[in-house]
Amino acid sequence: MLGRTANGMFWMFRYLERAENTARLLEAGLRMAVTRDLVTAEEEWRSVISTLGMRDAFERHHATYTGYQVWNFILRDKDNAASVLNMMREVRTNARAVRTAITAELWEVINESWMQVRDLLARPVGQGSVGEIVALVRRAGTLAHGAMAGTLLRSEGYHFARAGTFVERADSVARILDLKYFLLLPSLSYVGSSLDKGQWDNVLRSVSGDRAYRWLNAGTIDARGIVEFLVLDERFPRSLAFCHSALREELNALDRLHGKEGTSNHLMREADLRMANLTIETVFERGLHEFLLGFMASNSAIAAAIAEDYRFAR
Amino acid sequence: MAERQANFDEMHAGDGSVRPAYTEYCHWHGQQDTAFLRRKHADCETNFRKTGITFNVYGEDEAEERLIPFDMVPRVITAAEWRRLTRGIEQRVSALNAFLYDLYHRQEIVRAGRLPMRLLRDNAAWLQQMVGFTPPGGVYTHIVGIDLVRTGPNDWYVLEDNARTPSGVSYMLENRETMMAMFPELFSQVPVEPVSNYPNRLAKSLAACAPAAAKGKPTVAVLTPGIYNSAYFEHSFLADQMGAELVEGSDLRVKDGRVQMRTTRGYEPVDVIYRRVDDEFLDPLTFNPSSLLGVPGIMDVYRAGGVTIANAPGTGICDDKAIYSFMPEIVEFYTGEKPLLPNVQTWRCSDKDSLKYVLDNLAEVVVKEVHGSGGYGMLIGPTASKNEIAVFRKKLLANPKNYIAQPTLSLSTCPIFTRQGLAPRHVDLRPFVLVSPDRIDITPGGLTRVALKKGSLVVNSSQGGGTKDTWVLKET
Repeated sequence: MLGRTANGMFWMFRYLERAENTARLLEAGLRMAVTRDLVTAEEEWRSVISTLGMRDAFERHHATYTGYQVWNFILRDKDNAASVLNMMREVRTNARAVRTAITAELWEVINESWMQVRDLLARPVGQGSVGEIVALVRRAGTLAHGAMAGTLLRSEGYHFARAGTFVERADSVARILDLKYFLLLPSLSYVGSSLDKGQWDNVLRSVSGDRAYRWLNAGTIDARGIVEFLVLDERFPRSLAFCHSALREELNALDRLHGKEGTSNHLMREADLRMANLTIETVFERGLHEFLLGFMASNSAIAAAIAEDYRFAR
Repeated sequence: MAERQANFDEMHAGDGSVRPAYTEYCHWHGQQDTAFLRRKHADCETNFRKTGITFNVYGEDEAEERLIPFDMVPRVITAAEWRRLTRGIEQRVSALNAFLYDLYHRQEIVRAGRLPMRLLRDNAAWLQQMVGFTPPGGVYTHIVGIDLVRTGPNDWYVLEDNARTPSGVSYMLENRETMMAMFPELFSQVPVEPVSNYPNRLAKSLAACAPAAAKGKPTVAVLTPGIYNSAYFEHSFLADQMGAELVEGSDLRVKDGRVQMRTTRGYEPVDVIYRRVDDEFLDPLTFNPSSLLGVPGIMDVYRAGGVTIANAPGTGICDDKAIYSFMPEIVEFYTGEKPLLPNVQTWRCSDKDSLKYVLDNLAEVVVKEVHGSGGYGMLIGPTASKNEIAVFRKKLLANPKNYIAQPTLSLSTCPIFTRQGLAPRHVDLRPFVLVSPDRIDITPGGLTRVALKKGSLVVNSSQGGGTKDTWVLKET
């Protein structure tokens, strides 16, 4: 496979994952905002924008945080390079560039999703339509992963696509956790305010983990339990541990196909050592924030090594 | 608009009866409910959008992708008509290849006084780098599109030769796929020659021209300028259908005397490059130094037998309309036979008497630039305003040798589907021809382009033209 095509597969699915995660976060934020008073709502929107790393860009154009401004900025603002609209365009542009490496079914679901998202985002979005758009973006992800699972050859392209997915997903979940860590750390959140179960519930919702968590924990919500679930529970497909294992599998598959180990495999083994026998106690001892920073740095180093090992660019 | 004589309609004879080619189709069409046909008509567009069969338009805000409108009434050619056409096409294509070989070797045709030297010397498409070099398998034009127009039951003319990089074959294939998906029962009722093996034939034909350096099964790649090129869909479609790599200039480089592509395993040699990049962008070391689309040094590898480039560089000279005007002589010179398919009568404006005739009759003729394509830069006398004619007259006088003129042909019509029912529109036909060292292969049918505007003679997609599925009926 051409290095450029590998790059396209990897990034097509990274952007798709990013669009989907952005949509989830927006959905959870909207739910929070409409159930709270105005001050808390504004706080919530600020937190959504910060989690997405859009704070500087947003504040260059807006002095206040109202829901309408925030979701339009996240979804479609032309000053926002990371808008959902741009992410979906990138997905489609990459799919077009690697058209010969994907199946007609995969191409068609991506192309159709893009056309629907583009049409819905052609005009400013009112509150009534946010849900529809979020659902559409989530469905785009589901359709693309389904078409890929059902039709794509299990050769390099498949593994690059999956690697991109898990690199992006791990990054996104770690980022959300990091931004919310002050809410999740019991020692801090016990201080001052009363326990805000709604906030924790919101964290779970933003990674589509609320149902799974409740089911596993019989409805009790506790901060330590949530961190453990999102960091270490290998059964949950958006936990860091799950993404880590899944990425390792894809790297091993690529390594087998190419018959030689690269820097990405070495970095992966180092990351394995850090994840092995990890308990929630050690995470808190070392500090959640420090742990997450280390995890994100390792994750992006692996992504860069994949691009280098497989000649994405030169 | 000037009154023109009634043109030849391919479906209906003058008395309203249906011509034999269309008997079966019209029988089927008569049985369909209008609401059903209207619904199908709307479905076509959705289908093309979904599958992404689009072409890009330059100069818009975002490189916008548009659809070429598709008309669902097929254009039908009988087996006997097609047999005659293929003989003429085959003759013309073998003459084109012999001509190209001669041009880049001994130039017998010039020595014999049958073609003026200046047509080569002054021609931008002429490539000095090809002189004395014979491409692998002796094939210059691996893929050719011969544009045909019809004016009567047995009157077909060649309007243009496309020997450089003819496009449109993906539309031929997708139009058929669309028709079969929409009207499967039609194909069980009417025996139509299939077109779907074109990509296989193309892959075989390209592999048959592998260079000396190729080892084992040749590696074929399609070279595209990239996703913003107007024909990108076709490039990716053909690569996909052939199972070939779709490469851009940045994926390729010259290494160890071969053209190699950057794969995830390192650099791997490419044997045959079906390039959809123009000559002048092919090699920045040889041609346009600012080109980012090509591969530095590819021409040296080519001349040393390390790679096959299809079509060969320098074939564009056959697309020149001044050369076109000599095609009857060219065909006769190399085949020893009279051309089976005539040219449209052509006045070379470089010639004093012809120029005078053209200037005197600007309102009646079509004037074209010799290097023009895509329907740009031409004057259609009968539909042009007085002002447009006056402007064109100045251009023509300023540089007569840049133009040729032809009579305004009364192109045949074929009906399209409209909300008011079937309505005749002018059509042309581009059959696609594959050339291997040992054979010439013509896919039955081709791309029918149709001027969707009533009375219009311009079929180019860039100017409001559409396409139709083209049927060649099986021998009975």
